[in-house]
Amino acid sequence: MSAETSSAGVAPSNGRSAAKAGKPSRVGAAATWADDRLGLAGVAKKNLRKVFPDHWSFMLGEIALWSFVVLLLSGVFLTFWYRPSMAEVIYEGSYSPLRGLHMSEAMASTIHISFDVRGGLLMRQVHHWAAMVFVASMMVHLLRVYFTGAFRKPRELNWVIGCLLLLLGTLEGFTGYSLPDDLLSGTGIRAADGFMKSIPIVGTYASFLLFGGEFPGDSIIPRLYTVHVLLIPGILVALIAAHMLLLVYHKHTQWPGPGRTEQNVVGYPMLPVYAAKAGGFFFVVFGVLTLMGGLIGINPVWRYGPYNPAEVTAGSQPDWYMGWPDGLLRLMPGWETHVFGTTWSWNVFFPIIVMPGLMFTILLMLPFIESWITGDKRDHHLLQRPRNAPTRTAVMVALMTFYGLSWAAGGNDIIAIRMGLSINQITYFLRGAVFIGPIIAFIITRRWCLSLQRADNERLLHGYESGVIMRDPQGGYSEKHLPLPEAKAYTLTARDRDLVLSAPTGSDGNGVASPTARKDRLRARLSRLWMADNIQKPTRAELEEARHHAEHEHAHEAALSGHPADGHQFDGRDEATGHGHQLSGH
Amino acid sequence: MRLTQKLRRRPSRPGRSDAGVARRISDRLSSRRRSRFAAPAVLMLGLLLAGGAYAVANAALVPGTAQASTTDEDLVAQGRALFLVGCSSCHGKNAEGIPTNKDNNYGPSLVGVGAASVDFQVGTGRMPMSNPGTQAQRKPPVYDDQEIEALAAYVASLGPGPAVPDSEQYSTEGLDNESVVRGGEFFRTNCTACHNFAGAGGALPRGRYAPKLTGVSNKHIYEALLTGPQQMPVFSDAVLTPEDKRDIIAYINYTNEMPDQGGFSLGRLGPVTEGLAAWLIGIGSLVGFAVWIGTASTRTTKKQKKEAAS
Repeated sequence: MSAETSSAGVAPSNGRSAAKAGKPSRVGAAATWADDRLGLAGVAKKNLRKVFPDHWSFMLGEIALWSFVVLLLSGVFLTFWYRPSMAEVIYEGSYSPLRGLHMSEAMASTIHISFDVRGGLLMRQVHHWAAMVFVASMMVHLLRVYFTGAFRKPRELNWVIGCLLLLLGTLEGFTGYSLPDDLLSGTGIRAADGFMKSIPIVGTYASFLLFGGEFPGDSIIPRLYTVHVLLIPGILVALIAAHMLLLVYHKHTQWPGPGRTEQNVVGYPMLPVYAAKAGGFFFVVFGVLTLMGGLIGINPVWRYGPYNPAEVTAGSQPDWYMGWPDGLLRLMPGWETHVFGTTWSWNVFFPIIVMPGLMFTILLMLPFIESWITGDKRDHHLLQRPRNAPTRTAVMVALMTFYGLSWAAGGNDIIAIRMGLSINQITYFLRGAVFIGPIIAFIITRRWCLSLQRADNERLLHGYESGVIMRDPQGGYSEKHLPLPEAKAYTLTARDRDLVLSAPTGSDGNGVASPTARKDRLRARLSRLWMADNIQKPTRAELEEARHHAEHEHAHEAALSGHPADGHQFDGRDEATGHGHQLSGH
Repeated sequence: MRLTQKLRRRPSRPGRSDAGVARRISDRLSSRRRSRFAAPAVLMLGLLLAGGAYAVANAALVPGTAQASTTDEDLVAQGRALFLVGCSSCHGKNAEGIPTNKDNNYGPSLVGVGAASVDFQVGTGRMPMSNPGTQAQRKPPVYDDQEIEALAAYVASLGPGPAVPDSEQYSTEGLDNESVVRGGEFFRTNCTACHNFAGAGGALPRGRYAPKLTGVSNKHIYEALLTGPQQMPVFSDAVLTPEDKRDIIAYINYTNEMPDQGGFSLGRLGPVTEGLAAWLIGIGSLVGFAVWIGTASTRTTKKQKKEAAS
């Protein structure tokens, strides 16, 4: 019955009996009615069969997408009861330790949602956890894209959009957790006010503009609310749409392998496989976030109490994604300059205004910097393994190390009290570590990648370690290596050779100096630094020589041991089974 | 607080007896004195009487309040004896304090710190210190209540200082919700900056810290406010009146006993542990699910089947 309705109009046949036209169903009629007016069938037919490659790491961006959907749903729920107002009210709700206290309407309504609205606390917590996971998953997704080289042409603009999404997601998070107007978030707004005022010359004006006068005023919460529920979500939705349209337009990248080229995409069609996977994953994300919201407390504003500029609590930290600039702020020495009665607060301005801007610019520019250095302007749809771009991988690991150390500094007081350390010692250590750590991480990662590249070449040329120990007539022991299966060997060699740019001579054949000579020389030098140490894949001649050698050796050994080579060792059959047969069977 | 109240409560004894009842009991006893349970019963009675008498005598020896104890020479002498054994190596034989050769305090002078200070430091196990460090740590007390009384009496005899508060000063019995609300306001204004919003403790410079406030008796909180132990400032009665202090204690007790409405509290430490949970639990499990969905596809199941067949 269901088969009939779904394939209405199409003749059902099992290929043996003659096809008969099915009875037109109501669903089919409705679909025809809609298609006659919308003309979507053509578009849908093409796109529903669109192929997506399969790999777990391609689903990291989906975590971000689905947590954003959860954010929209839970956020709409919260707006029904939340009041973005700083009007002073007396709390008379059911949370007794705050009853009778003066607080802003925003705070009172947040406590009302938490204790007096059915499911309100769950929704608040789901919303907050979803926000934390949203930003985190964007970052994980960004790391995947970077480490695999998926940002290369033609996807640079999508990288830029993704970076903007990360920035806006962070701002959206900040404006969101500031809304309850509790002691913690009020302290955060107080800090933000200070950050703004540290900007030379315009800082005070910017602060007065944002707060509508002196801090705290009574307009910051309504303003943040407008930004939080209208402005930023609007831009986020638009950018996410652009991000996904570009994804469809560019087609998804794929890992190299037999049958996968720069011209095709090997994977599953949107319907039914990928839609089921992605749709299922939405429910997984929703489920995990709801479980977290139901089981793990987050932002207990009633414990913090209403905001009061005279109060502060130990452990006042921003949410995690704001943690690293906060950490830099804690690491920065108290440098200030006093000129003509004005104070220039480098101790605040540098870590909290300059550094995030700088880091974001670096992030945004990474694809362009790399393509300029390598001179690679080709389209890329096949991904690279992180080891095959050692310098790129090392650059990101260095950035991650800087980020992580700054982040740790943001929690220095919690680390101190939980681990019984001195907060001063942690700070002194991290002051040095944020400079030295990334350098060490860069060197280690780069060497590590190069070693992995060598290991790959080793396996290509000398085979994999079989685990079979041989004893030669002299009594020496050696491990038998067997050639890689061909599919694996293909995958390992499906990468380009790196071409280091050669240094230009500086003048052409007629002795005319090149106007870009200096730039070209710099570029050649950077290109050498970027790629010259990379281990290139073996040449065809080397591979053939290695194979010949392996065959010869095996024939030699077979003659000695009385087991003739049966050819299966080299035909690319599955390692485990082929090898197992050889050991036991013959 | 309840513990100390219990410890301080004297055993109650029946004040009067009815002659008729006694006669009836003795009749009944004499008729059963050859029972095989008689001898053990008499033994038990004797032991109980002896123990009770000791308890009465002991309670009579220990005066109810610290003020009274300062006049009790026996108690001071006992305290001094204990002090010489357990405290004098750092604080000096006359509690005058011992400076190091860099003129830092090896052990500070205890003249004028008062009985409340001793009761807090020794009663919470901070003194005697288990090892020298930036800050004395809370641990199970080494001395029992009577010995602490004696030590406090000795130190109080050295110079005037805050006395151990009476139980009605720190008892929160009968306080209504208004006091809790008021105490919360005082708590947020005066305490959260170091002890954190939920009294979970916080870091202070150079390895020092504000300890957590869970499991601290009312009396000890009151004494801490009064004497300002270690890094803590003194909140004298002029700064926080005894009623304010009591309200703060009521709020701390209320929040300590309050359930975590949101679920696991993650140590009530704020956004740092929340961020940790978002990454470890949230991203950790979701990436786990992604790996599961990504690897358990039709192709892999087909491959597994093929492998199983071959």
